[in-house]
Parts: sequence; structure tokens; C-alpha cells
Amino acid sequence: MSDPMQEIMASFFVECEELHESLVDALQSMADGEGDVETINVAFRAVHSIKGGAGAFGLDALVDFSHQFETVMDACRSGTLAVDDRLNELFLRCSDMLSDLIRCSRDGEAIDEATAEGLIAELATFAPQEEEAPAEEIEFQPMTLSLDDLGAPGDAPDLPPLDLPPLEDLGIAPPDEDTAPAAGGIKVVFAPDRELYESGNEPLFLIKALADLGDCRTSVALDAPTDADGLSTLGGRLTWTIEIDTEAQPSAVHEIFEFVDGLCKLQVEVLEGTTEAAAPLPDLAPPADTPAPAPAPVAEAPKPAPAPAAAPAAAPAPAKPANGEKAAKAATSAKASPTVRVDLERIERLVNLVGELVINQAMLSQSIAEENIPPNSPVTNGLDEFMQLTRNIQESVMMIRAQPVKSLFQRMSRIVRESSAAVGKSVKLVTDGETTEIDKTAIERLADPLTHMIRNAVDHGLEDAATRVERGKSEQGEIRLKAYHKSGRVLIEVSDDGGGINREKVKAKAIQNGLIPEDVTLTDTEIDQLLFLPGFSTANEVSNLSGRGVGMDVVKTQITSLGGRVTIESTPGVGTTFAISLPLTLAVLDGMVVTVASETLVIPLNAIVETLTLAVDDLKPVAAGQSVLCVRDQFVPVFDLGVELGYRDVAPVQEGTIALLLSPEEGVLVALLVDTIEDQRQVVIKGMQESYGRVPGVAAATILGDGQIALILDANDLVQNATGEDLVIKQKKVS
Amino acid sequence: MSLSILAVDDSRTMRDMINLALTTEGFEVHLAEDGEHGLEVLDDLDPDVIITDINMPRLDGFGFIDAVRLRDDTRTVPILVLTTESSNELKTRARNAGATGWIVKPFAQDKLVRALRMVAG
Repeated sequence: MSDPMQEIMASFFVECEELHESLVDALQSMADGEGDVETINVAFRAVHSIKGGAGAFGLDALVDFSHQFETVMDACRSGTLAVDDRLNELFLRCSDMLSDLIRCSRDGEAIDEATAEGLIAELATFAPQEEEAPAEEIEFQPMTLSLDDLGAPGDAPDLPPLDLPPLEDLGIAPPDEDTAPAAGGIKVVFAPDRELYESGNEPLFLIKALADLGDCRTSVALDAPTDADGLSTLGGRLTWTIEIDTEAQPSAVHEIFEFVDGLCKLQVEVLEGTTEAAAPLPDLAPPADTPAPAPAPVAEAPKPAPAPAAAPAAAPAPAKPANGEKAAKAATSAKASPTVRVDLERIERLVNLVGELVINQAMLSQSIAEENIPPNSPVTNGLDEFMQLTRNIQESVMMIRAQPVKSLFQRMSRIVRESSAAVGKSVKLVTDGETTEIDKTAIERLADPLTHMIRNAVDHGLEDAATRVERGKSEQGEIRLKAYHKSGRVLIEVSDDGGGINREKVKAKAIQNGLIPEDVTLTDTEIDQLLFLPGFSTANEVSNLSGRGVGMDVVKTQITSLGGRVTIESTPGVGTTFAISLPLTLAVLDGMVVTVASETLVIPLNAIVETLTLAVDDLKPVAAGQSVLCVRDQFVPVFDLGVELGYRDVAPVQEGTIALLLSPEEGVLVALLVDTIEDQRQVVIKGMQESYGRVPGVAAATILGDGQIALILDANDLVQNATGEDLVIKQKKVS
Repeated sequence: MSLSILAVDDSRTMRDMINLALTTEGFEVHLAEDGEHGLEVLDDLDPDVIITDINMPRLDGFGFIDAVRLRDDTRTVPILVLTTESSNELKTRARNAGATGWIVKPFAQDKLVRALRMVAG
């Protein structure tokens, strides 16, 4: 990204997302009836800023849309238009459209013009009538900022017309009207009013700017002060006559005087020939082709009005002795901004480097341990500090990547609006824990699965209004989106207050689809899990909404690829909750290093509930190759890790065998047998999916302190493979 | 001449663009995010010209111009309003508050630079 404009444009789109976020926030609180005067101002400014930036980059569709949007909001904030439910609803839809337009502009995708125009037309019915479009169109004509586009002052006609009060009002010929070159030069008569000085303008600078057009002959007339007050200001007392030898057109002069328009008497006249000497002052005929009334003669201009003491003296620039020093101080203070924007690539690089650092530190620790250096020696103490620092650095780096889920939740509010409209249900979205932070990558990759889950909840989860009323519920369904931290993971729940999963129907469907045999007995949890099987769909007819060829199995795959899990909780008549559980970060995890059949493996620490050292008779066989473990009066199924992974055929159960008690999300305890526990440490996750695809039971790999590569197990997947084996076999039998 | 400019705009994109346009021109650019911030910056800075947006949180452009004109050290500093607004009513308001000039966004770099040079001499 070497082109600075490209960089600014990229950051513009980032800013757009932030602005859109605050827009949605504001609109939502307006819709909820919580908005105040400032709320509509925030919304207005967000759209206004988007329009401003979009104009700079020539994004016409975005400009047009945001212009109409802001016009209506402006009417609301000025109080000429009352905000009602209908308008709030329109604003929300417009905000959705705006988000689309931003995305399409960013990605260069085609814009849904029909919808945009429809909304513009809808907005127009609210827009105040006096705001007329044609004049605006010129103003927003895209003018890309170009670094080498430094035209000479005479290039002015190439620029869009300056946006000024009509010059006719002031008795001056509009620039557009004179197209003939001013061969004989231009005469300017200029008499500044007192207000010109007060506005920070300086007549001498204006005259200097005129000198840029060509050689000038300048004369000045000073009205004699009529009283002592008159001496305190030059306002209205000085009249300059400047004759410029120039090829430039009068429009160039008008451009110079643009800002002082109305603050002075100005007369611009094209001289017929260079021989014609400077006309006497009162001879101030307007250009022949101007239809405008003649201006007030300059001679009448000087006002006898006394100058108030507050009027600044004509001295243009007060002395600024400390300027250099102050500027240097300001350079530091002004640039201190609360945020910096960093390229994601750089952060990725930092994350990777920190990963290497963690590995390196582990290797160093191991080497030092092998040297048998006594504890409390400078080396071991130094190492301890080093480890602590490494961990702090790593946590800080991970925090850079973390972002609140708010943006994700906001996108979901749109999904709820759209999908509820599509199926004709009234649905309210309630969000909770929007400030919960998770890894940025996870946020992006959660959008798809969450969208699908929400559509599902709207389509299948919630009953229609009539049924709801029949069941004593409010007509409007509620979908709750909640994020929170729980034991080192982030949980995101999608709940509905609908009818709950109809397990009879689910089971029947699974049988009908040949997913399970007819005579199988399944627990409620097992039935719920059927929803995640490929090719499952409960809707009798695949609806437009949730049945877009994406099933819950895809949702599950997407979540699993993030190191997450999905679980279902459903109570008939009360509702259903889908819970996504995600690791806090995608780059590092606390793991337990174990060995099984001479292989070193890492098990995520947060999956392990307890570790036990077994006696031989602790294991009770229940069937061939299957045993259970009695833990505090509870029987727990036992699996040998070596057998599960195919390292060995039979578990060598002996005195001192170690069992890890795992608790997959369902809350069922499972014991996993391993040979030894080596260590408990942080490991850097190195993805394997790109090279090997998804390996069941394996989440990723890591490099240990001694340089050895170890697989990181997906404890949940592993347990499900082990416990869910029956289900898999049944599937196979059927197919 | 290297002019010292204070640009006040709540849009990061707009600040970036002004900064790029003016530093390319060799100006010394200082940025502020809204009127309040602009006034804070002015405590330590005597810019040759101030550029300000109108619609901003905390303290908007009108309030900012008012405040700048009430301060002894900045009473005569030229202030250019750079905004997407173009209504005459708002322009009159800005002028009454003491604005020196008005430029409508999106701006052309050469026009902005010419305007800056002119109001600053």
C-alpha cells in the first residue's frame, strides 16, 4: 500500500464501519425509545461523515444515498420532522442499505440500485421540500484529490463552480457569464468593510493574490476621518483601485474575493485595451452583459459608524514571538491520539514472533533444567522473570487482536429484521455482553454460523403469532444473543423463547432420512445432536430463509474450525438455546503434555477436570474392551487415548495408570487413560488444517521446548468420537 | 513559506486527507478531532490558518469559531470552514461567528492550498 490515497481509502472504509456501528447504536436506542437530542445528532454525524469521505473518493452511490438519509435525519434533529415508529423502522432499513453500499463500494461489488433508489424515494417523502437537489448535484460532483493536480490560478474554470451566494445579489457579474478572454486586463475596485477585518481576512493578502494574475498598478484612496472614532479603524475608509495586466478572466478575480463576498464593495471590470488609462474612481459601470443592478457606488460606501473597541486593528498579523516553541509543543500534544491503526498483517507477524518467543523460552527453560542449576540461583531467578515477562507480552499481544463482539451482534440485529420480515413474524432481538472481547479472526468467522443460527431461530424456533398467543406468550417473539466469559473460554448463546425442539419430529425425520435406524433409543441430548448431522432438515418444506443449502452441520464445522463447540439446550414450550463455546485466543493455549505409547501429545488444560492415578482394580469392565471408572460414586466411561488414536490395540492397564477426567460441553464426565503426564505449559498453536485438512480428534500441532513436534488434541471431538461411536456405526449400517 | 495549519475535523478520513494534501505542500499540519480538542491544541499553538469542520461532537464548528474569536491570541487568525454543508444560512452563521472563508467538501487540493495561501498572505 504505497499509494497514500489508497491507504486513506482503506482507512476510510474502516472508519465507515465504526461510524455505521455508532449509527446502528443510535438508531436502535431511538427505536427503543431511549434516544435523546444527542442520539439523533450522533446518527446524523455518522451518516454525514460517511458522505463526506465518500464524496472525496467519488463513491457516488454512497454519497447520493447518505445525502438523502442525512437530509431526513437533519429535519428530525432540527425538530421539523417528528420521529415515529415508521421513521425509525425506515432509518434502520436505510442503515442496512448503507452498510451494503459501504461494503459494495469497498469490494467493488455491484450495488443493489433498485433497493437503494426505493429507499431514497421513501426517504424523499419525509424530506423537507425546499431542499432542492439540482444545485447539490454539482456540489457533490466527485473531485478526487490528486497530488500532482496543482493547477495555476487561471485554471479555475475547470473546477466546479464555487459555492457562493449568487453573485447577482451583489451586483457582480457571475463568473460563468464572461467567457471572453480579458485581453486588455482587469480593473478591480475594492473597498473593504469593517466586518472584513473581523473575519480574519486581510485586504493586503487579497491584493497580493491579484498580483499573481499579472502586473498591477495600485492606488488607494483614504476617506478623511470625520471624528476621533473614525481613526480607530480603517474599515470602510479605504478604497483600492487595482489594474491588472492579465490574460485571466474576471472569474479568477471573483475567486480570490470569494471569501470576502458581502464584506466589501467590489467592482470588477474588463478593460477594453491596454492603452486605456485607469478610469477615475466613480466610473464604475458594471460589465455590459450583466443583467444585474448596478452596485452601490463606492463613494457612498464609507460608513460614518463609530468603530467599537473590539474591532481588531488593521495590523494583519500580531507578533508571535513564541510561535516556534509553541508549535513544537503542539506537535506532540496534537498528535497524541487515543488510538492507532495498525495493519492486520503486522499484528499477525507480531503474534507469530511472540509464538516463537514462547517456544524459545520453553526450550531455554528445558536446557536450564537439564543443567541441574540449583533453584534460587541468578540463572533460575532470571529465567522465572523471563517466563513471567513472556507471558505478559503474550497476553498483551493477544489483547491487541481482541475486539468486542458488538459489531457482530449489530450485524445480527439486521439478520433478525430481515428474516422476521421474510417469514412474517414479529421478533425482538435482545443482546447482552456486547463488550465481551474475542479474537478478531473469530469475530469475522462467526458471522456466517451466527447468521444461520439466527435465521433458524426465527424460522423454526419461534412459533407464529397465533400459536404464541394460544400458548400464553406475547405475540412478539424474542431472540436473545448473549456473550460472556466462562472458565477461559468465550460463550456466545443464541436463545429463542419459542416452542423448543420437537424431538419426536426430529427423530422421525432422522429415521425418514435414513440417518438412524427405526428401533434406536436415544436420549434427548442425542436427539438434539441429530440436528448437526449432514443432510438434516426439520422443516417439512425447505423454506427460503434458513434452508439455503446450509445445514446445522456446516455451522458446527465452522465453529469447530475455530476451536469451538456448539451445544443445544431445549425445553419444550419454553425455548431453545444454542451455545457456542470458543477459546479466548486462537494462537496459544495452556496445555497438558502427556505421553501415550511413546507419543507426546498435548491436551488443552481447560478440557481437563481432574487427573487421577489409578489402581488396577479401579477400572470395572462392563463389556468387551469397555470399562468404567468409579469416581466418587459416579460411573464414568473410560477410553484409552492410545487405542482411540490407533497407537495400540489394547490399553495396558497397570498400577499407576493415569486417567484424565474430561468434561465435554454436555456435562458428561469421561475418563481418558494416558501413560504419563510430562508437563503443564503454554503451547503455541500451529495450524495443520491447511496442510492436512481436518483430522478427527486433533486440533493442531505445536513445537515443544526440546524442538519435538506434538499434536494438540481436540478433547471434545475426541470424546465425541469415542462416545458417539454407536451413532456413527448406526449411520454406517443404514447407509 | 511553510505555513502552520490547524485542521479540526471529526472524521479520521478527512483529517488524513487534509494532512496528506497539506504536508505534500510542505505545510506544517496539526490535527484535532473536534472543537474542544482544537481549543486545547490552540493553547500550545499559534497556527497561521485554522481549518474547521462544522458538524462535530462536543463542540461544533460554530462554537469553535466563536471561541477562537474570543481569545486574544487567535482573534485574527484566518479560519476556513471546510464542510459538506453548503446552505447559505449556515454560511451566514459561520461568517457571523467570524469565519474567514468557506470551502465545500470534497475539496480540490489546489483550491484549498490557494485559499490557505491567500488568507495567510
